[in-house]
Amino acid sequence: MNWKFGDNINTDLITPGRYNITTDPQELAKACFIEYRPEFRQKVRPGDFVVAGENFGCGSSRETAAIALKYSNITAIVAKSYARIFFRNAINLGLLCVIADTSSVEEADQLELDIESQILRNKTKDREIKVEIPSMMLRLYREGGIIAYLKKNGLFALANLEKF
Amino acid sequence: MGQTIAEKIFSNHCGRKVHAGDFVLADLDLVMAHDTTCAWALEPFYQIATKVFDPKKIFIPFDHAFPSPSVAMSKLQSEIKKFADEQGIPVVYDGVCHQVMSERLINPGNLILGADSHSPTGGGVGALTIGVGSTDAAIAMATGKCWFRVPQTIKINIRGKLPHGCFSKDVVLTVAKEMGPDGANYRVIEYDGETVERFNVPARLTLTNMSAEMGAKAALVAPDDQTRAYLKENDRLIEFEAVRSDPDASFEQVLDFDISNLRPMIACPPDIDNDVPVEQVQAEKIPVNQVFIGSCTNCRIEDLEVVYGMWKGKRVKEGLRAIVTPASRKVYLQALQRGYIEEFINVGAVVSSPGCGPCLGRSGGVLYDDEVCVSTSNRNFEGRMGSPKAKIYLASPATAAASALTGIITDPRNFIR
Repeated sequence: MNWKFGDNINTDLITPGRYNITTDPQELAKACFIEYRPEFRQKVRPGDFVVAGENFGCGSSRETAAIALKYSNITAIVAKSYARIFFRNAINLGLLCVIADTSSVEEADQLELDIESQILRNKTKDREIKVEIPSMMLRLYREGGIIAYLKKNGLFALANLEKF
Repeated sequence: MGQTIAEKIFSNHCGRKVHAGDFVLADLDLVMAHDTTCAWALEPFYQIATKVFDPKKIFIPFDHAFPSPSVAMSKLQSEIKKFADEQGIPVVYDGVCHQVMSERLINPGNLILGADSHSPTGGGVGALTIGVGSTDAAIAMATGKCWFRVPQTIKINIRGKLPHGCFSKDVVLTVAKEMGPDGANYRVIEYDGETVERFNVPARLTLTNMSAEMGAKAALVAPDDQTRAYLKENDRLIEFEAVRSDPDASFEQVLDFDISNLRPMIACPPDIDNDVPVEQVQAEKIPVNQVFIGSCTNCRIEDLEVVYGMWKGKRVKEGLRAIVTPASRKVYLQALQRGYIEEFINVGAVVSSPGCGPCLGRSGGVLYDDEVCVSTSNRNFEGRMGSPKAKIYLASPATAAASALTGIITDPRNFIR
């Protein structure tokens, strides 16, 4: 299923400050949307999408928000736009964030993301939505995040990010 | 083609002339990670390195939950302390990161990375100070570098004389109302104009700090004589280049604000752009449970001077919790020496140790369901300071101080001589 949210979903709503007291990602996943959407952590299933409006992930720089979402095992976040630091954190972690007009998507719609052709298929509504996946996001998602990439290629490979 | 200040600072840190849109791998003058963001930087750091690039260029303050309110937090802080000890980096317990960095470490023209969203604050000293998450901080601690896309700059010109009862917080809330929560996403905001020229650095720090709430990657004010005076006050006057944007620099947008007729403003929950004049909210007679005067936005000695002037010889409303948290050890000592702290205690306020505490609902003033707080901080998000049912109103220290006296949200103008 999809977890649909509106505009300006801030990182305090994803992982409230009082829950940022662990460095265990599985524990953090249990706090994901703990107060804003309390059923999320129990009912989220691998393959689910988080669907949102503008400026997803605004506010605090806390990487815990992106980590909690990643370890909730969602397929991707699909939003109209993202706040800068959240998007950077997602790139670094290999959490797939794609940009699309999500206005027509409803929670019950069955979605399928085709990364190659950058298309989001809404099977329920039988329509295709064009998505944008910035090249660095896609590359580091495939590498398993920036730390895996740097471990494999060495720290000097930081300079190669420009070519992504 | 001319350059903006941001483009010049990036150029100086990557060895070539760059403009907005260019990709840079830049050398950093300083990397900051605090007691919550540093915790998540340790594992990625040790995956790619054993030693930091330069322990003198890394700043680790404990401020977000200090002194620790729980065993879980103490565990994180102990892990960070162990890392810092191994790497030869002192852990600093002297107040809110952005305030301490502004007082001691940030120089005009610097490029600084901070694992905290309010990192744009330091731009009030004329530097480019950029917020990131923990993984970027880990890579920066290992390499001294960070990649960036050189951002566009939005120029905000502010003119007019600040009216009675208004402060830089009221000005920036007016800007935020116009910009909205993502109006400056990925951009640098450069504040300019006669009003900003007259603002001292502490007042400028409030402008740059709140720019994070508009999504800004960084915010700054061109360094000038005010900057020189600030550095001198902090016993570290250095020679610096008064870098300015070139006359033919390219700005994505130029916005003009005339604040001659400004009234004290307040950001109503739960959005930063939900700003109205305080007198309008005063008419609703909203009872206030807690007033928080603190945070990286507004708890410098200049702010406490205003609060002292309004509170002297009075009492805060019975039953209301007034919490004053000086932004740094230095501010705390200044307030002590001037007699402010004694007066605050006498009027019925609680004075807590420098740090972030209540702003992020961590400790020292966590809100319960349906409570109302007037705060001088920067975020009125649902659940930010505790219960998601609590209501947070953001205002200047003067509005917060007036509201503490009356027990309802109150326009400060009748309380200021």
